[in-house]
Amino acid sequence: MEIPKSFLGYKRENGRAGTRNHVIILPVDDISNACAEAVANNIKGTIALPHSYGRLQFGADLELHFRTMIGTGCNPNVAAVIVIGIEPKWTKKIVDGIAKTGKPVEGFHIERTGDIGTTMKASKKAQEFVMWASEKQREECPLSDLWISVKCGESDTTSGLAANPTVGNLMDKLEPLGVHLCFGETSELTGAEQVCATRGATKEASEKFMKTWSSYNDFILKEATDDLSESQPTAGNIAGGLTTIEEKAFGNFQKIGNCKFIDVLEPAEEPTKGKGLYFMDTSSAAAECVTLQAAAGFNIHLFPTGQGNIVGNPIEPVVKLTANPLTVKGMGEHIDCDVSKILSREMNLSEAGDELIKTTLRVANGRLTCAEALGHKEFVMTKLYRSA
Amino acid sequence: MATDIIIHDKKDNVGVVVIEKITPKQDCACWIMEDDSSTNIQSLDEIPLGHKIAMIDLKEGDTILKYGHDIGKVVKSIKKGEHVHVHNVKTKKW
Repeated sequence: MEIPKSFLGYKRENGRAGTRNHVIILPVDDISNACAEAVANNIKGTIALPHSYGRLQFGADLELHFRTMIGTGCNPNVAAVIVIGIEPKWTKKIVDGIAKTGKPVEGFHIERTGDIGTTMKASKKAQEFVMWASEKQREECPLSDLWISVKCGESDTTSGLAANPTVGNLMDKLEPLGVHLCFGETSELTGAEQVCATRGATKEASEKFMKTWSSYNDFILKEATDDLSESQPTAGNIAGGLTTIEEKAFGNFQKIGNCKFIDVLEPAEEPTKGKGLYFMDTSSAAAECVTLQAAAGFNIHLFPTGQGNIVGNPIEPVVKLTANPLTVKGMGEHIDCDVSKILSREMNLSEAGDELIKTTLRVANGRLTCAEALGHKEFVMTKLYRSA
Repeated sequence: MATDIIIHDKKDNVGVVVIEKITPKQDCACWIMEDDSSTNIQSLDEIPLGHKIAMIDLKEGDTILKYGHDIGKVVKSIKKGEHVHVHNVKTKKW
């Protein structure tokens, strides 16, 4: 198949391109959710991103909070941002971070004004932003403007046999065309960590990966009361035939094809070494992982599933694929790309990779994903430890 | 020919059922992805889609190989053709 050289995206002020054109209402903290949701309810075409944190965090955990908030606002799938927090200082910090992209952003703090007054002021600005954004047109953008993140979920053995290798085949075909790629799931590489480390493009990248994985593994060994057998593999994984974390890890690892990763990113860290594959230190919980990847600037997500994970994200479209024919039959409304014919050998891996490229480009051009049509907007902040 | 079981790597001692289920005493066609070769096995258990079958006899302490790699240890001996899962295999991690 000849791979198209461009897609239709929204060009942003900082040179990036979006596959979506969202105007978001971003609460800085948990207690500002109500006001953010009130604004989104007032002004049609905007979305609020409520979450559970943002108060009394400190150190690396607070840094991650700001990085996730600012990164989400900076994502090129977002046209404009309203930031609402209880206090002016942290609200302004997030506004200033997002403003560096050149996109419209304005912050409001609730203290001394209250929810109703803040909702009124923020709604007026949100209306202005959404009507401005509604005039933006899709334009031809080079394929290299795609930043593709991947994560698998509710995996079973069909994931490792077919759905994950299909993503790997797409990576092998798109990496030479200059796209950015990202995989994560530190804990779910356990058992395959040594093999994964050999896939670093440089000695530094390999060493950074092993350091990241070891630190995660030490944490797990410290916190686990028994072992992780209740969580890894999950009950869904086991029902699908996956027996051990090692088996899951080697299946997971198929997603990167033959690519080598050029750098290891902190959670929600924007890649700065140019095109190519990156590993990000993330949880393996679906919504947390996708939220971090979206905050790092990735604008379209590929999600292979076995038993049928249903996750979505408010700003980054999540494309689902599966090779499990029972999942296609039982929950087809969640599956954007069916590659189950690999198992019956009616389709080979390269044909499946081509199908996934076609689906990815249709979604990049504006076709809704199943998760978008079904209203999945899971926005889940990663928290590193207890608050002060 | 229809494939009932797919094996990732020649070194693997387990295969994955890729039809809705196999039944005891079923003669199954296996495809080895790595070198596009074929083999056969007779099952001893009913094994559902996605679950693993032992390609050889395995005893306690043996290593299960899939993708050509170590994915865990045998904790209860397994006969060729039997279902391989959490009841007879455990992780070596954690």
